[in-house]
Amino acid sequence: MVLRYDGMENFTPLASTLGGVTIGLAAATLLLFNGRIAGISGVLGGLFGASGGDRTWRLSFLAGLLVGGMALLAFAPEVYVDTLQLPLWGLALSGLMVGIGTRMGGGCTSGHGVCGLPRLSKRSFVAVGVFMFTGCLASWVSMNWILGGAS
Amino acid sequence: MNAVPEDPGAKLGARSLVAALAGVLFALGLGLAGMTQPAKVVGFLNVSGDWDPSLAFVMGGAAITFGICYRLILRRPAPVLDLSFQMPAAAEVDWQLVGGSALFGLGWGLGGFCPGPGVVSLASGGQGALVFAGTMLLGMGAFKLWKDRVDSSTGDDGQEETQEQESVQG
Repeated sequence: MVLRYDGMENFTPLASTLGGVTIGLAAATLLLFNGRIAGISGVLGGLFGASGGDRTWRLSFLAGLLVGGMALLAFAPEVYVDTLQLPLWGLALSGLMVGIGTRMGGGCTSGHGVCGLPRLSKRSFVAVGVFMFTGCLASWVSMNWILGGAS
Repeated sequence: MNAVPEDPGAKLGARSLVAALAGVLFALGLGLAGMTQPAKVVGFLNVSGDWDPSLAFVMGGAAITFGICYRLILRRPAPVLDLSFQMPAAAEVDWQLVGGSALFGLGWGLGGFCPGPGVVSLASGGQGALVFAGTMLLGMGAFKLWKDRVDSSTGDDGQEETQEQESVQG
């Protein structure tokens, strides 16, 4: 199977910018009221070993993500169209790497990217550079080897 | 305004409500941005293919918005519902930052999910999202076990500090 992904046909600058602004506002909300950095992997990973109020707000944030996800399913189900169709073993491998990697590296796209870069954190600039680079490599492997066929 | 010290636990309900609302907003932003579509993410990362630059607009829009808000918010002595801002304390670049980020990037580019969209997509009921989110949590838990073991065997009393740093990023 050759995955044909038409980049320009799927280019959504306006929706993606608005989505990005919304993500930024969500992160700002958490900072303004709770004084916390909205890093998804940090909020999730911090659940292991958390207790009391610390656990409560993390679970609340997680529940919010799921409620938002259900709202998307109800009103814009097309956001879940998965044309990648990666085999499940690939997703399992991907999940393990993302889980271990984000905890070891202390952040993901949200914590290091959305929040860390504007804070001018040196660690975040390094992290984003590294995960963008290896992400490019892996996406090439995913497109050309696992999904088959050279582009 | 927030000069009077008070029990932060007293505002737990309000903080949880705000966290939930921020979560909803975050999820809607991810959906609107296109981050819940693995093919779109891989189409962005795969610069050698037919490139879709959309995700640069997501990161740009989010980082600029947060950057402006961040500078305004930090003029306050404290957040509205808690006693202090909790910023990542770590400053040095170490092998765990580089190695972990490299591993994360490989997983992200392979499957097209980063942690946020992986969790949000659970709501779709899709098998792929379930497998991704399940193995991601497994990886996070496994790393925590390994980290605790290493810290206790080396007698590293900096464990609490490290946890604090990690818990606020990501």
